[in-house]
Amino acid sequence: MAEPAPLYLADLHTALGAKFVPFAGYAMPVHYRTGVMAEHLWCREQAGLFDVSHMGQVLLPADQAAGLERLVPVDVIDLPVGRQRYGVFTNDRGGVLDDLMIARRAGDLLLVVNAACTAGDIAHLARHLTGVAPVSHRALLALQGPLAERALARLLPDVAGMRFMDAAVMPWTGDELWIARSGYTGEDGFEISVHTTGARGLAQVLLDMDEVAPIGLGARDSLRLEAGLPLYGHDLGPDITPIEAGLGWAISRARRTGGARAGGYPGAGVLQAQAVRGAPRRRVGLRPQGRVPMRAGVPLFDAVAGGARIGHVTSGGFGPSVGGPISMGLIRADIPTDAPLYGEVRGKRLPAAQTPLPFQPQNCKR
Amino acid sequence: MRFTEDHEWLHVENGVVVVGITGYAAEQLGDVVFVDLPETGTAVSKDEEIVVIESVKAASDILAPLDGEIIEVNTALADNPGLVNEDPMGAAWFFKMRIDNLAVVDEYMTEAAYQAHIGA
Repeated sequence: MAEPAPLYLADLHTALGAKFVPFAGYAMPVHYRTGVMAEHLWCREQAGLFDVSHMGQVLLPADQAAGLERLVPVDVIDLPVGRQRYGVFTNDRGGVLDDLMIARRAGDLLLVVNAACTAGDIAHLARHLTGVAPVSHRALLALQGPLAERALARLLPDVAGMRFMDAAVMPWTGDELWIARSGYTGEDGFEISVHTTGARGLAQVLLDMDEVAPIGLGARDSLRLEAGLPLYGHDLGPDITPIEAGLGWAISRARRTGGARAGGYPGAGVLQAQAVRGAPRRRVGLRPQGRVPMRAGVPLFDAVAGGARIGHVTSGGFGPSVGGPISMGLIRADIPTDAPLYGEVRGKRLPAAQTPLPFQPQNCKR
Repeated sequence: MRFTEDHEWLHVENGVVVVGITGYAAEQLGDVVFVDLPETGTAVSKDEEIVVIESVKAASDILAPLDGEIIEVNTALADNPGLVNEDPMGAAWFFKMRIDNLAVVDEYMTEAAYQAHIGA
């Protein structure tokens, strides 16, 4: 196996005491000196800086909006300049090839996709669209937390005027920053694409602020889990439809049955049928009753002994803000929402209560 | 005190072997959120998985360092798993075991050898 590639900011991570893990072909900082728990709580209280440069950035010409709509059940054509939408690439079975952000800018569309899916996504786009331009030499930073606006506005006062899912381009020391008010933590915050030449300087000036601390991949996962946000490859995948995953809202009104541009994307028939008749499975939140975390892959049953296997945990671990173990799972849709479930961990069936998502209230600037 | 390659420490006290994990191991695991301990009275074989440590990152197994019988487990870890991070070499011992021949403990690494093993 090839050595994982370093991120642009690898030297900075090393200087900050990062412990690295291989993830999606990159050596990623899993945590820094204080560890996952402290980083997670810091991000919920203050502001955390994440290096998410492993994610793919792709530009499309503005005239490809209609073409992109043939790949995603999202209203791209009517997406206003300066706004961003969440979407999924679907396959013919209505499953999810990847989930992504689509930002409409003055002259083009900016897509941000998952690291492990980037190559496949670019090939998929290039088969159907023209002018697909993968972005190179740009790092991607995320600044997340209740004090993110205060911190970033010191450098760029205009970010205070952005709302959740706004996208803007702002000048920064001779370069430009591509900024979206969004994130993957359930907190308010920004995702900032910056040319590699300016990335270190931007990261450093933010980290020099009292309220900003570096946060690794470990806390990124526990933060998004508490926020009930799906992780591609775990809670989403080619055999899971967006409706099963609880992402029916990501199918834009204009693309639903009766909408102005209904269907016309891979698997539309499957998803339209599921929208009416329901999907075979549904994503649930789970609170294990004891202290034992139920991690991805734990089978779920409807009885403490015997009974039927009715699903499995897709993501799970410990929620530092919740103060206990939390999981998300995919279960048979016919299981009553108040039915107690049992996860089998190391041969023992342990009770877990179904619970509404998110586990931690989202704190976005609407 | 003696040390295994799997980052456990062993310490003979009142004729029984007290077992825990090293500070190095605790640091590698990160914040511990749950420790699954064996039942008192369990007969265990060397290299059998007898403890599971759940950290915020992952679940890790601890192997029995010797053949013997578990005679006591540290129930304080049930309520306060974070003790493993706070005091791994002391208050966060995992279990005590009775073994036939205490001399085998000395076949494990000394502290100096362990420090060399972890590259400290």
